[in-house]
Formats: sequence, structure tokens, C-alpha cells
Amino acid sequence: MLKVVELSKDFGGLHAVNGVSFEVGEGTITGLIGPNGAGKTTTFNLLAGAFPPTGGQILFDGHDVTNLRDFEIFRLGLVRTFQIPRPFAEMTVLENLMTVPQRQLGERFWNNWLRGGAVRNQEHQIREQAIEILEFLGLFHLGDAPANQLSGGQLKLLELGRALMSEPKMILLDEPGAGINPTLLGEIVDHIADLNKRGITFLIIEHNMDLVMSLCEPILVMADGALLTQGTADEVQRDPRVLDAFLGGTPA
Amino acid sequence: MDALSLLSFAAFFLTFASFFSLTCLGLNMQWGFTGLFNVGVVGFFAVGAYTSAILTGPAYPDTLFGGFGLPVPIGYLGAIVTSAIAAFVVGFVTLRLREDFLAISTFGIAVTIQLLALNLQSVTRGPNGLYSLPKPLSGLSESNLVDNLLYLGICVLCIGAVYWAFEQMVRSPWGRVLRAIREDEQAAAALGKNVFAYRLQAFVVGCAVMGLAGALYANFVGFISPQDFLPIVTFQVYVMLIVGGSGNNLGAILGGVVVWALWSGSGAVIAAVLPPDFQTQAAAVRIVLIGLVLALMLLYRPAGILRERHIVSREARMSPQSRPTR
Ligand SMILES: Nc1ncnc2c1ncn2[C@@H]1O[C@H](COP(=O)(O)OP(=O)(O)OP(=O)(O)O)[C@@H](O)[C@H]1O
Ligand SMILES: [Mg+2]
Repeated sequence: MLKVVELSKDFGGLHAVNGVSFEVGEGTITGLIGPNGAGKTTTFNLLAGAFPPTGGQILFDGHDVTNLRDFEIFRLGLVRTFQIPRPFAEMTVLENLMTVPQRQLGERFWNNWLRGGAVRNQEHQIREQAIEILEFLGLFHLGDAPANQLSGGQLKLLELGRALMSEPKMILLDEPGAGINPTLLGEIVDHIADLNKRGITFLIIEHNMDLVMSLCEPILVMADGALLTQGTADEVQRDPRVLDAFLGGTPA
Repeated sequence: MDALSLLSFAAFFLTFASFFSLTCLGLNMQWGFTGLFNVGVVGFFAVGAYTSAILTGPAYPDTLFGGFGLPVPIGYLGAIVTSAIAAFVVGFVTLRLREDFLAISTFGIAVTIQLLALNLQSVTRGPNGLYSLPKPLSGLSESNLVDNLLYLGICVLCIGAVYWAFEQMVRSPWGRVLRAIREDEQAAAALGKNVFAYRLQAFVVGCAVMGLAGALYANFVGFISPQDFLPIVTFQVYVMLIVGGSGNNLGAILGGVVVWALWSGSGAVIAAVLPPDFQTQAAAVRIVLIGLVLALMLLYRPAGILRERHIVSREARMSPQSRPTR
């Protein structure tokens, strides 16, 4: 589904991502772990086209997306969430979700003059879809509230909700569990597994090891901008280099 | 003042206000809904004014181009087209770049357009301006008052049409994307929206309306010259939008009327109050007054007289019952 070859990103002199290669198999829930500053989020930014890589190549679903822009990559079916939520703050929660679907009739302004009825019908469908997602995420009662009134955890849920609205082939989740209460987190884990069964591939950055170990296979480990190792939960846990990296030692 | 002269004054005042209200509607599309900081409003207004003047005006002895004497509606349409083209060119070059580039370049464009009007004598007659521009429907009656009332009718019709068109456009998925871009451009792009394309659309549509306002102005006044199009006009229009309510189309129209009333009213008061020696400073006093109104507004009612709608698009309300019926 996704193949990354020798991917690099420099910020000035800092090699935030340094020659990383990996593959994410179709239908997997792949985990991406590593200590703070390892380059995980930067890798996501590269995959999603937020900025171009310094070097390397990214293939998604048979397309070379290395130099595509963010909105073009989204249209191929790869959607990402942000580690620090980026809601449309002055818009309602419902509108945050309803903005997402692609190729809406009413996104061409002249259709709103000429084809009002068709736009309205599509709007009702999109609203139904959005309300279902809000129900699932427990945000139903906040539908008409502006996003800037949400708590930190609720904003993470909103990020997830927007990603789900797009009916993607693959979702990149950046720390979906941060700030979410354990009960709801359990439900989200179930839901991710469920969506995965329906064919969506996941790549998940997460510091919550319970979540990663129970949900993700395989698991990729990054440290200092490089890919340290990869394998099943067991293999990764037993790898002494991984422990080293998390305890602050620099890999040799 | 008798009733007739009061009516005549009101018609004149409202007609002038409507040029501003219309310009304000155009700016609202850009700044209010999309967050585009266009500092060259007056430039696009001027493009419209000169276009209509050249298309509808008489042949002058000292110009090489122009004097087409076409019907006024064609002047209006031409103004919409040329200001849209100017906006497309400017927008295409700058809207991809960082945000501040739009401000710098639109300001530059407005200055350039004013300089062109001053120096392109063979088309614009430079500082002497273009005169004897035709006023539509003025052949119908001998009375100046009837003329002005009819012209006010045309202006109101234009504002009504633009208001309707804009409301349809904005209270929709399209308007939702504009606001999303205003709120967080990067998130909008990550969700598949071609930010550049939407910004360009909003910019061109807004400027086209400014151009129409310029044309309405030119054919009403009958005479235009470069000093009608100074940067202060852009500032006035921003004040109008902020006072009326940025992001609200009715607010934009209202802001035009209210601030124009303050502006022209303060002019009259200053003329009456200030001793003759200080009359030359009257313009500066007015600007200070308007600045004061702006500051008070930002302090006490930053959202404007009419605040923007909480929900942009018509159908995006949780309970279908409370949805407006149309
Ligand atoms: N836009 C940027 N400009 C400059 N440096 C950056 C930028 N983004 C990230 N970095 C740097 O790149 C390195 C990797 O950051 P990144 O955000 O990818 O880490 P991470 O693995 O996601 O960490 P965390 O687990 O804390 O989220 C850090 O040293 C960070 O300071
Ligand atoms: Mg991160």
C-alpha cells in the first residue's frame, strides 16, 4: 500500500528524518513508535505532502506521491490527523466534519445558483454521515458548538472524526490516544480494528504501549531520524536496542 | 429644508453609500469569508470606473483610445470583466505565495493603477480626467431628482442581486471551504481542498464586484479623475466592513451606509464648526474621527453591528426541525 525508500528531511543542519525505508502492507495496522523527537511526526508530514522531502521516494497505492501536494495526496485516499489538533476553530463541530468529503456538488459555487436542490440532497447525506460519526465519538451533543469550545481530548476526537469522513484507503493517526479517557480509548481501538476489517489500512504513531502492542502489527521503531528496527510486538519488545533508545541512549 | 430637497438629498446620499456598500460586499467575500488581506480595493474600483468611462464616454479631442459611446449596461459589464481579469492576474501570481505577499502586491497594484491613470494621458486624460459620462435613464425626465431616484434604483438592484448571489454561494459547501481556509489553511489542504483555487475564486469574484461599484460611481458622477482613487478609499471600505460586521453580507451593506453617513456628516459638521483658517485640516480631522470610530468598534463590538453567522452553510445544523425552511 505504502512504500518509503531512503526518505530524508533536513531542517537546516538537523536531520529530522534520515534515510528511512519501510513498507506498510495493505490491510495492516502498522505502528510507529520512538522517543520524543525521533522524527515520527516529520515522517507523517512527508507522507502527507505537508512539505517535500530532502531526498528519497514515497509510493502510495501504485502512485509516486513524493512530490505531490497535500491536497493531491488526500485525493488519492491517504488522510492524516495532526498530533496537535488543527480544528477549524470558528466553525461548528458538525461543519468541521461536513467540510471533508471530496467532490461535493456545492463546492463549485455556481452549482449553488443553478442546482440548489441537488446540492441540498447531497448536504443531507453528508450530514447523516457526519452525525453517525459524531454519535460514535460521543460528540453528538456538541454538533452545533464551535470547535474552539472543545477540550483537548475532544479535539483529538474531532481530528479522528474528520479523517473518517473522507472514506480513505489509508489513515495516518498521530497519537490518537493522547488525552483520551481509557474507556473511550478502548472504544476507539475497537473502532479502528473494525474499520481495518472493512479494508482501511492504518499507520499509527502512539506512545501508549498498551494500545500499540495490542493493536499494531508490525511495529516500526524510529530513533534519531532513522529506522531502528521493525517486527511484531514481541520481537520489538525483546530488542535491546529499542529499550536503549527509549531510555535515552543513542544507538551506536 | 422642504420635503423635496430632503428627498433629493436622501437619494444622493444613499446612491453614494451604495457604491461603498457594494465595494464592501466584494471585500467581505475576500476578507470576511476567506481571510484574504486585499489592500488594493481602490485599484479594482478604479479599473471598473475607467473601463466604464472609456466604453460609455464620448470621444475626447485629446485621447487616442476610447470614446466608444456604448450603452451604459455594457460599460457595467465591461467593468466586471476587466476588474475580474486584473484580479485573476494579480491573484494567480500572488495567492500561491505567503499571505503577506498579497497585501504588499495589492497595495502596489492600486498605486500602479492610480499612476497609470495619471500618466496614460492618451487614454485617461491624466489629471484632467474623463468627463461627460452618460447616466442611464436620465433621458426619461427633465427632473434631476427623478434621475437620481432612478439611479438609486439601479444601485439597489445591483446590491440586491450581488447580495442574493453571494448568499447562495457562501451559505453552502463552497462557503464552508472558504471559512475553513480562513481558519486553518494547512488543515484545509490536508483535507483535500485546493486552497489556491478557492482563494483565487473568492478574490476574483470580490474584485469583480468592486469593479462594478466603480462603474456605477463613474456613470453617476459623470466625471472621474485619478484623485478619486486614493488609498484612503481602501481604508474607508475596511472600516465600513469592520463596523458593519465582517463575514456578514448584510453587515457589509449596512456598514457602507453607516460609515458613509458618519463620514459625510462629520464633513458637514467640521465645515460648520472649524474656523476658516483650519478648514484645510478638515480632511485630516475626518480621518482621525473615522479612526476613532474604528478603534471604539474594535474595543466594544469587535464582531461589528451584525456578527457573522455561527453556522456557515445552510444545511449544517444538528436538528433538522430548526432548519430554516428555504
Ligand atoms: N518544522 C520544523 N522545523 C525545524 N525543526 C523541526 C520541524 N519539525 C520538526 N523539527 C525537529 O525535527 C525533530 C523531529 O521532530 P518530530 O516532530 O518529527 O518528532 P516526533 O518523533 O514526532 O516526536 P514526539 O513523539 O515528541 O511527537 C525534532 O528535533 C524537531 O525539533
Ligand atoms: Mg510527533
